[in-house]
Amino acid sequence: MTKVHVQTKINGDAVEFLADPRETLLDCLRDHVGLTGSKEGCGTGDCGACSVELDGTLVCSCLVLGVEANGKTVDTIEGMATGNDLHPLQRKFIEHAALQCGFCTPGILVAAKKLLEVNPDPTEEETRYWLAGNLCRCTGYDKIIRAVMDAAAEMRQEVA
Amino acid sequence: MRYHTPSTYEEASAVAAGASGLTRFLAGGTDVLVQMRAGMVLPDDLIDLKKIPGTSEISRTEDGGWRIGVAVPGIALGAHASLKADWPGVVEGMELVGSTQIQGRATLAGNLCNGSPAADSVPGLVAAGATVEITGPDGSRTVPVEDIPAGPGKTNLAKGELISAILLPARGQNAGDCYLRFIPRTEMDIAVVGAAVSLRLDGDTIAEARVSLGAVAPTVILVPEAADAIIGTTLDDAALSAIEAAAKAAAKPISDKRGTTEFRVEIAGVLAKRAAKIAYARAKGETA
Repeated sequence: MTKVHVQTKINGDAVEFLADPRETLLDCLRDHVGLTGSKEGCGTGDCGACSVELDGTLVCSCLVLGVEANGKTVDTIEGMATGNDLHPLQRKFIEHAALQCGFCTPGILVAAKKLLEVNPDPTEEETRYWLAGNLCRCTGYDKIIRAVMDAAAEMRQEVA
Repeated sequence: MRYHTPSTYEEASAVAAGASGLTRFLAGGTDVLVQMRAGMVLPDDLIDLKKIPGTSEISRTEDGGWRIGVAVPGIALGAHASLKADWPGVVEGMELVGSTQIQGRATLAGNLCNGSPAADSVPGLVAAGATVEITGPDGSRTVPVEDIPAGPGKTNLAKGELISAILLPARGQNAGDCYLRFIPRTEMDIAVVGAAVSLRLDGDTIAEARVSLGAVAPTVILVPEAADAIIGTTLDDAALSAIEAAAKAAAKPISDKRGTTEFRVEIAGVLAKRAAKIAYARAKGETA
């Protein structure tokens, strides 16, 4: 199998790797680039644990081939905090105890971050619909929604 | 597996036509990658269409209709205000497919070529009178959307043929469309029944209509009898009863874990009626 040379920008850094064309972007991130924050839950686009942004669009990285990322930007959970400063969503998830096992958390944070970029003042219903593709089997979702709503409120005040 | 990135549809067609093994075209990948992972489909040649110019574009055609590239994801349809104003039913059908993440990748062309009878974006396209441009070894041709699905998971596309654009006709004045589906939850599910209606008014009277049903036959179906039931009417109670009866008569569903035959027939009538009401209100310029 001929490997393909892929050049991307991941979390702002130029990154190159060699990918078997059958490998998903998720496999490439985890196995070739060493970014293991994105998780494989279902591998079929149902659970959202592998959520990343590809050229600014929220996608399941398990449903993108690594070779498709050539020439594109990828943003993962590893790029969410600024140095040691957690993103407001990350802080609020800790404050609200919006995670238990934590497996779904990176995907939910990446998805919620995108939501607040698109819609800084979402209703609870809009938030629940936006995150419908992120499954969590521990929390029952309530604390997750509360954490996202609280982070959104804080972020709006910061801007104002 | 060989991964191809052709720069024209003709080149993509030639690769597929010349391939000896299993071939798949890749647009959004939300079906193909799932099938690959499950081992259901292990292509020898995977032909990624996204390097072809125009695949991610939505453009107005000369006749006032729309040309939608094969890799335009649902999220881009939903964000396109003019397209959504013209064909809200087509856009809302596509927006029902999967999650936010899936919307970032999934395409109309892929939903059509996946061949599911329950494909949410297809009834809206059929009711709209949409066509697809097909590029193949013998050149290109344009066919109605309803002629593409051949049965569950199957299309009428020949070896080497692929869809190179989705074409929507000019919407024109006093017209509206709508797609509704029934699922037992609020999000992230497969249609138990789907119904789409597109119509045009002359005053208060329906002058033209097309009705399509999903998940009640081996393919999405166009139901001319249901359209005839409302053409020439003001969508009064008699017309609503007639479209309901015609939709129920046309529905030939199977019973499975998501719904029984009897239930699906009943719901096909209800949804056709409700979709007609919304399409009528939209044609009147009401927001619904």
